[in-house]
This record gives sequence, structure tokens and C-alpha cells, in this order.
Amino acid sequence: MIAARLERTPLGRAALATRNRWKLFTISVLLGTGTVLAAVGLLTASGYLISRAAERPEILSLTVAIVGVRFFGVSRALLRYGERLTSHDLAFRTLTDLRGRFFERLIPLVPAGLDGSRRADLMSRFVGDVDRLQDLYLRALSPPLVAIFCSVFCVALASIILPVAGLVLAVMLLLGGLAAPALTRWAARTAGRRQSRARGLLAMDLHEIAVGGAEIAVAGRESDWLERSREDDRHLVSLQRRDAMSGGLAEGLGTLLAVGAAVAVTAASIPAVHSGELNGVLLAALALLAMASFEAITPLSQAAAVIDATDEAAERIEEVSERPVPILNPEHPRPVPAGGPIRLDGVSFAYPGGDGLLLRDADLEIRPGEAVALTGPSGIGKSTLSELLVRFRDPDRGRITLGGADIRDLDQEELREAVRLAPQDAYMFNTTIAENVKLGRPEADRERIVEALAEVGLEDWINSLPDGIDSLVGEDGSMISGGQRQRIAAARVFLSRARFLIFDEPTAHLDPDGAAALESHLVDRRDQGCGILVITHTITDPQAFDRVLELRDGTFREV
Amino acid sequence: MTVGLGFLQAVLIIAQATLLAKVIAGVFMNGDSFAEVAPWLAWLAAISVGRGLAAAGFESAGRFGAARVMSELREKLARHLLMNRPGALQAEQSGELVSSAIEGVAALENYFARYLPQMVLAGIVPVAVLAWVLRYNWEAAAILAVTAPLIIVFMVLIGLLTEQRTRKRWERMSRLSSHFLDLVGGLATLRANSQAYSQSGSIQAVGEDYRRETMGALRVGFLSSLVLELLAMIGVAMVATAVGIQLAGGHLELVAGLTVLLLAPELYMPLRQLGAQFHASADGMAAAERIFEVIDQPAVVSTPAEPVPAPDPARWSVAMEGVSYAWPGRERVLESIDLELKPGETVALVGPSGGGKSTLASLLLRLTEPGSGRISCGGTDLSEVDPQSWRRQIAWVPQRPTVFADTLAANLRLFNPQATDAQLAEAIGVAVLGEVVRGLPDGLETMVGEGGRRLSAGQTQRIALARALLSEAPLLILDEPTAHLDQDTEKELAEAINEAASGRTALIISHREQPIARADRTLLLNQGRLGEMVNA
Repeated sequence: MIAARLERTPLGRAALATRNRWKLFTISVLLGTGTVLAAVGLLTASGYLISRAAERPEILSLTVAIVGVRFFGVSRALLRYGERLTSHDLAFRTLTDLRGRFFERLIPLVPAGLDGSRRADLMSRFVGDVDRLQDLYLRALSPPLVAIFCSVFCVALASIILPVAGLVLAVMLLLGGLAAPALTRWAARTAGRRQSRARGLLAMDLHEIAVGGAEIAVAGRESDWLERSREDDRHLVSLQRRDAMSGGLAEGLGTLLAVGAAVAVTAASIPAVHSGELNGVLLAALALLAMASFEAITPLSQAAAVIDATDEAAERIEEVSERPVPILNPEHPRPVPAGGPIRLDGVSFAYPGGDGLLLRDADLEIRPGEAVALTGPSGIGKSTLSELLVRFRDPDRGRITLGGADIRDLDQEELREAVRLAPQDAYMFNTTIAENVKLGRPEADRERIVEALAEVGLEDWINSLPDGIDSLVGEDGSMISGGQRQRIAAARVFLSRARFLIFDEPTAHLDPDGAAALESHLVDRRDQGCGILVITHTITDPQAFDRVLELRDGTFREV
Repeated sequence: MTVGLGFLQAVLIIAQATLLAKVIAGVFMNGDSFAEVAPWLAWLAAISVGRGLAAAGFESAGRFGAARVMSELREKLARHLLMNRPGALQAEQSGELVSSAIEGVAALENYFARYLPQMVLAGIVPVAVLAWVLRYNWEAAAILAVTAPLIIVFMVLIGLLTEQRTRKRWERMSRLSSHFLDLVGGLATLRANSQAYSQSGSIQAVGEDYRRETMGALRVGFLSSLVLELLAMIGVAMVATAVGIQLAGGHLELVAGLTVLLLAPELYMPLRQLGAQFHASADGMAAAERIFEVIDQPAVVSTPAEPVPAPDPARWSVAMEGVSYAWPGRERVLESIDLELKPGETVALVGPSGGGKSTLASLLLRLTEPGSGRISCGGTDLSEVDPQSWRRQIAWVPQRPTVFADTLAANLRLFNPQATDAQLAEAIGVAVLGEVVRGLPDGLETMVGEGGRRLSAGQTQRIALARALLSEAPLLILDEPTAHLDQDTEKELAEAINEAASGRTALIISHREQPIARADRTLLLNQGRLGEMVNA
């Protein structure tokens, strides 16, 4: 039943990710309960021991209490150690599961399912938000259960000794376990709501200063931007000052209840000592029991805060991972035909909510051994065509065939083994040049990699690098130039065994000489029986191609 | 304030234990009635409230402290970025930095609201409690006096032992995050190469690796708290036993025994908390350190102690003599460059990409310091000029212009906030922005940039050009002003570029022909070396 309720919210579903690890979870709850109960045992037994001792009995009769005190003392420390290890292990295991699952959900969404989301945003969801869930597993799931178990135990124990003491303790524990966390939560929420706009404004100020700093400095406008950020900062701090007060009060209430519980239980028990209902020797034990039982309650405020903090993270993750998959793999894929051209038959395509049709009943054929150039102004749909050919998107009408087979009937991975795209903004992984090229064909050896790099005209550059093809490219290629990036992307495609090679704006960042050289390298590949499509808005040498097409008004025309 | 609260806290703890012992012992041993102990109970209630208030005080003071410290850090950061390192930060770093600067408050709160108060409490409470216990029973005091320092010794010892492992773990964690980021960032590329599904296994493997490593570190790390807890618990147990035996022997009053027993855990509490909060505070400090790292980086361009007034490039030539430059840890991008820009002339700079053209521009802008050689204007070495006053004489169109979150009009007035509406309209016309402005819902008053209307790369470039047109600076530097435009628009903009360059000294970087067609001379920068090109 609880599981069914949890299913309903993103946070609940994130919490349920521990289900596969329920053994570990159970152990951590048991260890947590044991830890608190050992502390309760230690103080209660000590209280009894001292009161009993004050009656000056034989020392021997105190032995049980003395042993008990020592036992509880040592076991508490050990249980706590075990509990911390298990709960962390659980959290890390679950996060790994979650990351793997998120990544697998993400794969079929790329790129069509993610239109309109920025890369930075996706990344922050994948790393930041998933990491934030660590707190959920560590501090929010087991404390409530531990609190319930321990409270029930302590109240039961107190009730056995003296029913009215049990009642008072139950009231205090309920107040401490519900009211204080609720107040903490309310304070944190109000603060979050109030501050989020101010934070956003300030983040923007600082971002501009970081990114546009050079232009601001050249314009001599430093003080304008500093003044603006200072003002937004002051506003945020004044909100934070107010919210610090309410946060402090919530914290104070928790302490008040924890300290007050011992006093209240003692006060309620005094009449019973006089009436003889309670043996006075147990009075101290009751007071100390009440004091110690709050150890299970204190973490609840933090748990409440964590739930709120992770709620948004869980939602942000699902916002992406639960999107519908736009391009589905066929249930029974056909084998990819061994030969034949790739063709567009009457294909129309428009972006949902976009500015109308990019392709309108368009026909196109690229044959093996043929090099075709495609031109047209930017934004006209050239890159969209490249994505249609590798089935990153599906046409609205018409069909695309490879060797006569509709590509929607082929396995996507197999299709992309046959039709390879070097996209306009090819990503560079933060590793060596060799590893980046190798992506085109993981089993390729170093010789082939060097060869592929030479084919795109990078031989001299590679030779000039001290580490050759083992040089690092930096974070998304930050250590290489735009032109080098595009050539490495082309080398990737060259390395593959694909029959159709599509290059999207391979020469955009190159000077005219470099562009012409690369273009001729690309065209040369047709001699190995490959079909080549080069998409560009400036062709350097139209003669090099078998055909030059222009995309205009949604259809292809020979130039 | 925190110290004052700490003393208050110590007094309250001792008073509470003493009074509670008095009440319990009174009722149990002397058979005091409820009415007899009622005043003490009332005091106890008051003390509970007092402790609540003290806790509230610690928390609010701590949170506010964190907010104030972060705000000061942000101010320092902003100043440093603008004054000392404008534009030197990479875009990828900036997102992370900005989020630590703002969200770091939460992490720092752990330090200020929990760790710092515990430090204070750990300094005050144990001493006060010990002194009080000594009044009642020296044996219990002796047990406490021996165990408490042991806790501190062990804490320091274990802290030292685990520090290195903890740091290694942090490094590994950041490497792991960047691996994840890399995979997600390149997912489309992975898919295009049919490699996405094979990488999902690597995510699992790396995560599992990380878990194993972290757990190894934690097993040692948590040992410190295990030792702390063991010592504290054994201490309490020993005190209870010792007091019990003395009571049974009739050497001690119950009030005294109970007071001591109630105080024993309070003595250890702040010490244990200190250990527990140590890790949390380390996280908090990491956010602040991230900012310090940036603030501590030296200024890219040094400001002379006694700057000379900036020379006027409208009257004198700007010259580079034997200027070389290399990015840190890389081969040279510029190799003994000699260049002269005479007043009023337009010089085009062409050359293959990666040839150092943009670096040359940022040297002229004094956004970068040359490795060797000198840059001067009218014979004045620019290293003797305050870089800010030099930059003020330059209008610049960078390769990737920034659109600031403001109105379009304010964006256009970047270099010249005093530009009149008429000047604005003219610049819009020349930069072929008229259609763009008309297409915006509020025209020139439309909010653009982050949170506002998004603009295409081509539109952004035209805005940057209009900014330069509005500037009255005598030196103009254009870096690839038409890179993102199609040929038709490029043709239209050639006019704007000529207009911008006329009447001042201009350096135009491009690898297209159109923008530099009217240049007085064309220079070729190839593999870090400069050569003159004969105009065709």
C-alpha cells in the first residue's frame, strides 16, 4: 500500500529505487534502531543503577545493572558504525542503479526527444540532481522508520513502568517528531520560494560577468555591472537574514521539546511516587529514558528538509527520463540490405511548432560511389536532412529507403553502421585524439587511426604534437581548434565501415585552402564505393562533386 | 555572539542537570511532595525554553554568518573577474563557479551553523562541566578528565590519517562526474556512431568502482567517529559505575551522583558533535575553496603602480615589436610579431584557423599579456598604461559576442551608454538590424539574452557590429564579424563594416573576402608568423 502511494510522485519513485536493495535497507534500519535503543538502554540503566545504589544494597546486587551499562555503551558505538557503513553503501549502490537507468532512458531520446533542452541543463540533471538524491537515501528514508520503532519501544517501556509517564512521553515524542520537522520544513520552503528569484537574478549577473567580462572591460563598464550585482546580492542577503530567523526558531523548538521531555515526564511521575504506584528507584530511570528517546527524533527535521530539497531533483530527472521515445526500434527488424542507394521518396518534414515545412514532398537519391554536395542558406533544413538519413528523426510523410528497405524497418544501430553522420557540432570526448577517432570503429588498431587522421589532412599537426595521437583534446575539445575538431569528426567517419558518409558543414571553421583540401579528401572516399553527402553553405570546388544540389523551398534542385 | 551563547549554553546545561537531580533525589529519598518541588520544576521549564532559544540563536547566527560570508566572497569574485581577469574564464567553468557562488551558502551553513558553534561549545562546555563535577566527586571528574582529552587526541590522529584518503576521494569523485558529463554531452555523437548502448555498461562499471573506493575510504573515515563514540560511551558507563559503587558505599549523596551522571554525556556531546560535523563542514569549505581558487589566480594583465596616461591611437600608431605568445603548456601561437597600425588605416588580418589571429586581437586589447616583446602606441609602452584606460579607446566585435540580459537598446549602447535614439536608429540601419527590431514584440525595449528573447548567432553578430558603430573609440577591432552569416547578409554587412572602420584605425580579422575587400592592406598570419600580402 505504501509502495502504491509512493509510485505516485517522482520522489516516491526515486525512493522506491531502493526496492532492489531491500535487504541492505532493512539492515540499515535495524542497525539504526539498535543504535538509538542502546543509547536509551545506557542512560536508563545508569539512572536505575545510581538510584538503586543510593539505597545502599549489597554491591553484588548492582552487578547486572553495571554489566548492562557497559554492554549498552560499547554496543551503541559499534552499531552506529555499522549503520553508517550500510546506509552509505545502500546510497551509492542505488545511485549507480539510478544513473545507469537514466542514461539508458536518455539514449533513445537523443536527439529528437530532447529538442529545446540545452546540453548544460541535461548535464546538471544527470550529475547534479542524481547526486542530490544521495541525501534522500542517506538521511530521509530510514530515519522516520527508526524514529517510529524507537518511539514505540520507549513509550511501551515507559508505560510498563508507569502508564502516565508513557502517555506524557508519547505526547512529547509526537510533538517533537511532527511539529518540529513541520516547522523546519515550512521555514525552509518559504525561504526557498522567496529566495529563488533573487538567486536567479544574481546568478545571471555573475554569469554575465564571467562570460561577458572581456566585453564589459573593453567597454569600460565594469562599475555598472558590479553595482548591479552588488544590489542583487544585497537583496538576497536581506531575504536570507529573515529566513535565518525562522530557520533558527524551528531548530529551537526541537531542542525545547527534547530538553522539556525529561522535565515533563519527571513532573508527571512525582504524584505516582507518593501514591506508591511507582517505586521511587525508577524515577531517575524514567527521566533519563525520556531524555535518550529523543535521539531518534532529532534527525527528523533534517529528513524533512532533505525530502524538500530532493523533491525537485527527482522531478527534474523524471522530466527528462519519462519523455516519450520519439524514434522506436521495429519489433522485428529486417536485415540491412547489402547494397543499393539511399533514397528519399516524397518526404515531408516540419518541426512540431516550427515555422512550417522544411522538406516538402522531396525526392533524393545517393548512390554508392557517388559524391554529392548539398548547399542552401542556413536554417533551410540541411542538417535536418542529415538527421533524417540516419533516423535521428522520422519524416512526417513519405519514406526513406536503404537498398529498397524502409529504414524504419531496420535496427537503428545497424542502420547507423551503414550510414554514418559527422554532425555539425561533433562532440569531442575528454580523452586522447586516438580514442576520439576510435569511436568510429572501436576495434580499429593504431595504424588505421593514424591513416584516418592522415586522410583528413591532420598528419602534420599530429606529428607536431609531442604525444602524437595520444595527445588530449580537453573538455569538449577545448584544447583543439574548431577546424581540428571537424577534421577529427571526419576521421571518425572515415574509420567506420559505413557505405554512406554524411558530413554536415565539415569546413565551416576552415580557411579556404584548408576547406578545399578537406573537401577533396572527403570526395576521394567515393572511390572505395562509398556514397558521400557533403552539406555546406559554401562549396569551394563544385567541379569535384558528381552532383551539386541546392535545398530551396523544401525540395532538392540540381545546380 | 556565538561565544556568549556558548557560555549561556554551558550555564543552562549545568543548572538543568543540578536541578533535575535535586528534584528526583528529593522525591525519591526525602519523599518531597509535588508542591515542594514545584518551584524547581518551574525553573526547569524555564531552562528548557532557554536552551531552545540558545539553539535558535546558534542556528540563525550561523545561517546569517554563512550568507554574509558568501556575499563578501561573491563581491570579491565579481571584482576579480572584471578587473583582473576579464574574459579569462572558460565558459564551461563559469556555470559551475556561479552555482558554487550562490548555492554554496547551503554548504557553508553547515560550517557556520553547526561546526563553528560546536567548536565554541567544545571549548566551553567540557571545562565548565568538569569544574562542576569536581565539586561533587573527584573520582568521576578524574575519569572525565582523562577520557575527554583522549577523544581529542584520537580525533586529530585519525583526521590526519584519513585526510589524504579523503582528498583522493574528492579527486576521484570529480573525475567521475566529468566522465558522466562527458558521456551525456556526447550522447548524440555516441548514437551516430552506434556506441551509446555499449557505454551504458561503462556507467555502471565506473559507478561501482567509485562506490567500492568510497566505501573503502569511509570504513577508515568512520573509524574516527567509532573511536569517539566508544570513548564517550565507555566514559559514561565508567562514571555511572564509579558513582554507583560510591553511592552504595555511602560515600556520596544521590543528588551529587545524579548530577554527575546527567552531566557526563553533556561533557562528551560537543566533542562528538565536533567530530560528526567535521565532515559536513569540509563539504562547505569546498564550495568556498572553489571560489578562492579563482580569486587567487593572478591578474592576467598587470596594472602598473604608477600608470602613465593612455596614448591616443587616433594620433599615433599602435605597434607590436617582436611580440611572442604561447598558451600555458602549449607551443607558441605567435612568434616575434612586428605590426604597425597607422592612425586611420584599415588593416585586414587573414590566415588559417588556429593561426593566432584572435590571440593577437586580445593582446592589442590588453586582455592578455605578451610572453615577450612590446606593444606600444606613440612610443609609450602599453605595459606602463592602466589597461582599463587603454581599453576604453577601443571598440571591439569579438568572435562570440555576448548578449546581456537587458533591453536590446541597452545592449546596443554597451560601448556608448550616452548614444542618442537617433544615433541608435542609424546604427541599426547600417548593421541591417531593422527587420530584426521590427520582428521583436517591444522593438528596442524587448528584453534579450538569458531569460529574454533568444537571438540567433547571426543576429548577435549584427548587434555586436552596431555596438561598435555606436562607439566613438578611435581604434576598432573586428574578429570574424561575419562568420555565422550567409553570403547575402554578409554582402549587406560589408557596408556596415566599411562605415564602422571609416575615420578610425581598424583591424579586421576574417577568412572571408567580403569584409576585408576595402582594407588598405592585408596581412597573413600563418603558424604564428606575420607576412604582408599583396592586394589582388
